[in-house]
Amino acid sequence: MGPNGSGKSTLAQVLAGNPSYQVTQGTVTYDGQNLLELDPEVRAQNGIFLAFQYPVEIPGVSNAYFLRSAYNEIRKAKGMEEVDPLEFLDLVEEKLKLVDMDESMLSRSVNQGFSGGEKKRNEIFQMAVLAPRLAILDETDSGLDIDALRIVAQGVNTLRSPENATIVVTHYQRLLNYIVPDFVHVLSNGRIVKSGGKELALELEEKGYDWLQNVDAGAGAAA
Amino acid sequence: MGSGIEALVNREYAYGFVTDIETDTVPAGLNEGIIRLISAKKNEPEFMLEWRLKAYRRWLTMKEPHWGNVKYPAIDYNSLVYYSAPKSVKPLQSLDEVDPELLRTYEKLGISLTEQKFLAGVAVDAIFDSVSVGTTMREELGKLGIIFCSFGEAVQNHPELVEKYLGTVVPHSDNFFAALNAAVFSDGSFAYVPKGVKCPMELSTYFRINSANTGQFERTLIIADEGASVSYLEGCTAPKRDENQLHAAVVELIALDNATVKYSTVQNWYAGDAEGKGGIYNFVTKRGKCAGVNSKISWTQVETGSAITWKYPSVILQGDNSVGEFYSVAVVNKKQQADTGTKMIHIGKNTKSTIVSKGISAGEGNNSYRGLVRVLPKAEGARNYTQCDSMLIGNKCGAHTFPYIEVQNNTATLEHEASTSKIGEDQIFYCKQRGVSAEHAVSMIVSGFCREVFKELPMEFAVEAQQLLGITLEGSVG
Repeated sequence: MGPNGSGKSTLAQVLAGNPSYQVTQGTVTYDGQNLLELDPEVRAQNGIFLAFQYPVEIPGVSNAYFLRSAYNEIRKAKGMEEVDPLEFLDLVEEKLKLVDMDESMLSRSVNQGFSGGEKKRNEIFQMAVLAPRLAILDETDSGLDIDALRIVAQGVNTLRSPENATIVVTHYQRLLNYIVPDFVHVLSNGRIVKSGGKELALELEEKGYDWLQNVDAGAGAAA
Repeated sequence: MGSGIEALVNREYAYGFVTDIETDTVPAGLNEGIIRLISAKKNEPEFMLEWRLKAYRRWLTMKEPHWGNVKYPAIDYNSLVYYSAPKSVKPLQSLDEVDPELLRTYEKLGISLTEQKFLAGVAVDAIFDSVSVGTTMREELGKLGIIFCSFGEAVQNHPELVEKYLGTVVPHSDNFFAALNAAVFSDGSFAYVPKGVKCPMELSTYFRINSANTGQFERTLIIADEGASVSYLEGCTAPKRDENQLHAAVVELIALDNATVKYSTVQNWYAGDAEGKGGIYNFVTKRGKCAGVNSKISWTQVETGSAITWKYPSVILQGDNSVGEFYSVAVVNKKQQADTGTKMIHIGKNTKSTIVSKGISAGEGNNSYRGLVRVLPKAEGARNYTQCDSMLIGNKCGAHTFPYIEVQNNTATLEHEASTSKIGEDQIFYCKQRGVSAEHAVSMIVSGFCREVFKELPMEFAVEAQQLLGITLEGSVG
């Protein structure tokens, strides 16, 4: 969590390897590897998934083809056989239900003409199919009405397991009523200024970010 | 731009090899003597020579046009060679007689003139430099009364058909390059589908320019008689050479009452190097005439090669209720220039035309769509739908659109849609974040952009077209 401009989305983009961000110092270790040395597609093949704050449209490319390509690339990287379109269809059917989407969305172009809510649900759907080890949800709750929020949260909760981890980026406590976090970290000015359990989110909701910015100022001065 | 895009757009041209073969070549330059020589070499009847000379005399009075949005140094027409033929080509009884070197060339290009195409159900006519080196599947077609052969053979064996239709769609005086072609064309393909016959397989011509300093001037004439239908494919490649080579072909299509002609091109002439040196000048006149009622002519083109492409496959909609279509993907990269589009001339009542043009510009390429929709006074109820979309890859390329609309009948309905988009780093990153490589991502995005056109191509060609753009088959059907 953290106020606007605190570096939440930057962290998400850096972990995913967006080339527009340059890491000037520090390291990121993931599964014993230096993550920053890996290309974005290799990170994805190693189980990192970013649910985009602003999912991108790709006209003329169907969701089914797009997602099957991704799925097969990840399988290939693991030395597994690719799946054909029919097998893939069987596989995704139940995942669609998870986010309350219709099969017809598979033949529509990637995110084109999707409402804000549909785009976010599509991100969660992709996550469900690709089954990442580390998922990063970048403000997936922004722009969602309460029903869509519930659907997205349900999707995330269903996929939750001891085998994987999810970083949920948000600045509202609202989402955390549905997705109960194990840990809450608060970012300010690019640093974690406070960590705690789920009750930290509630405390923030009550006191506002100003409370922590003061803490941050103190920490900054001390450093 | 990401390295993936650059790698994709800077790939080597795979067909740039030269075949070492003895040729029968006439001296460079153009005069009546050369034309008589070409006509004599081809043992042509008098009407052909007369037609050539008429075109030549007309050509002398014409000026090379310069209205296209393309730039190139002046062409010296007297330094070109107007006829070059592999020496071993005599009238062939069977493909076994074709020079093995030539067969190897076509195999290298992925075009087997022998069984493979039989299995694929495609009849092929292969044009090497100026002459046809082999036409396959002729017997099977002959049983249905379909004539598919080189133009030269058609002149020998079916002069009445040639005389009846030659120049009826693109007259000898049509334009500078068409007149030049009429004067010196050396060969090409000819197809005639008789009344009521649906041609059961794709007819295909493969063009290859091999010799240096040679102009290629082939002429294709396709006639679908009443109720007939035919689908025709054209492919082209050329070796890499430092100098430019001129390709000034003419294609005429004729559809009589209730007939359908579908003509698809995948053009992959050598485009020149990164500095813009070498490559083919592709100045081609392609036109179809829907002469009969309820007839239909459909052009589909995928233009990826040539230093300069300058062509407008057009349809004259003369018969009532006739339909004209133009589906085009034009890709320019490096220093390539393309000025391409179509003309739809509505003459008959309730005629309908559709234009879908997709221009992709990369590197320092310059892509122009130029289209004319003309509705003449008697064309009651004419309809046109035009869509032209441009995609830019990188920031040194250009995309231009020049639509012309002339309507002289107020019952006409015309629609025009246009868009320009840029392939974004955000799109590439989105794909990469899902595990897809940059190269595959670019293919996927470009393929999605071209989807409406690719779905018009016959299956074999759709594959080739997509491979040309570095795309898997799945891209179009997924």
